[in-house]
Amino acid sequence: MELSLATRTVGEHTVLEVGGEVDVYTAPRLRERLLELIDGGARHVVVDLGRVDFLDSTGLGVLVGALKRLRTAGGSFALVCDKEPLLKIFRITALDQVFPLHPTVDAAVGADSTGPGA
Amino acid sequence: MATVRLSFSPAPVHVRTARLVGVAVARRAGVREDLLDEVRLAIGEACTRAVALHRQYGVPDPVLVEMSDSGAYAVRVVDRAPIEAGIGLAALDADQLANESLTDEALTTGVGFALLAGFVEDLQVRPVEEGVGTEVRMVWPIGR
Repeated sequence: MELSLATRTVGEHTVLEVGGEVDVYTAPRLRERLLELIDGGARHVVVDLGRVDFLDSTGLGVLVGALKRLRTAGGSFALVCDKEPLLKIFRITALDQVFPLHPTVDAAVGADSTGPGA
Repeated sequence: MATVRLSFSPAPVHVRTARLVGVAVARRAGVREDLLDEVRLAIGEACTRAVALHRQYGVPDPVLVEMSDSGAYAVRVVDRAPIEAGIGLAALDADQLANESLTDEALTTGVGFALLAGFVEDLQVRPVEEGVGTEVRMVWPIGR
């Protein structure tokens, strides 16, 4: 499955829906899109991994890069993921302690507006 | 014993092909369905590592993936990079992962090894027997 990327806005949040395979070949496109969003002024970004069926270390590296960039800019970054195989990847790499992970976009947006940003 | 060999130019676009072949051979060999996601991820990580090393050291030679099913499903991913082989990277903890000074490359390498070590019980990283390079050897049980 090719990588698919779609952006929408929910309140103050920019939601990037990612689908398909995020790997060493496609991850640069994800990085470019995230940079475009952040450089374009997005400060509260939610990446929805609901349609991702493969995610490797390169993709995880891109997500960490976006998290750090937004944190430096005083923004927030959260992930939406409810698939056990993907959640296992976050646990094994300890990245479940780095990213705010939510089961739904609503939960991610809600958590972000009620608590301190990530 | 059946053996499938695949060699590919060290380009990211071919890593997906290696994953697909690796999983197809695993399924054919009788690896349990619930392990196939891990097989796919681990072969992808090993190939990504090999491609990155070839590009880092300017090695144009192909990356070799060899799959065999004699008793267990064994996959070897062989690179030709002039480095000291070893899996000597400690897993990065959450603080290190989020540290601003950690480079993207170091983070991706660390996470890649964490995934390999976490998903493959029988994992070895060692120098190749002949010439320059390292081999990542991964074994999964065949559960017929």
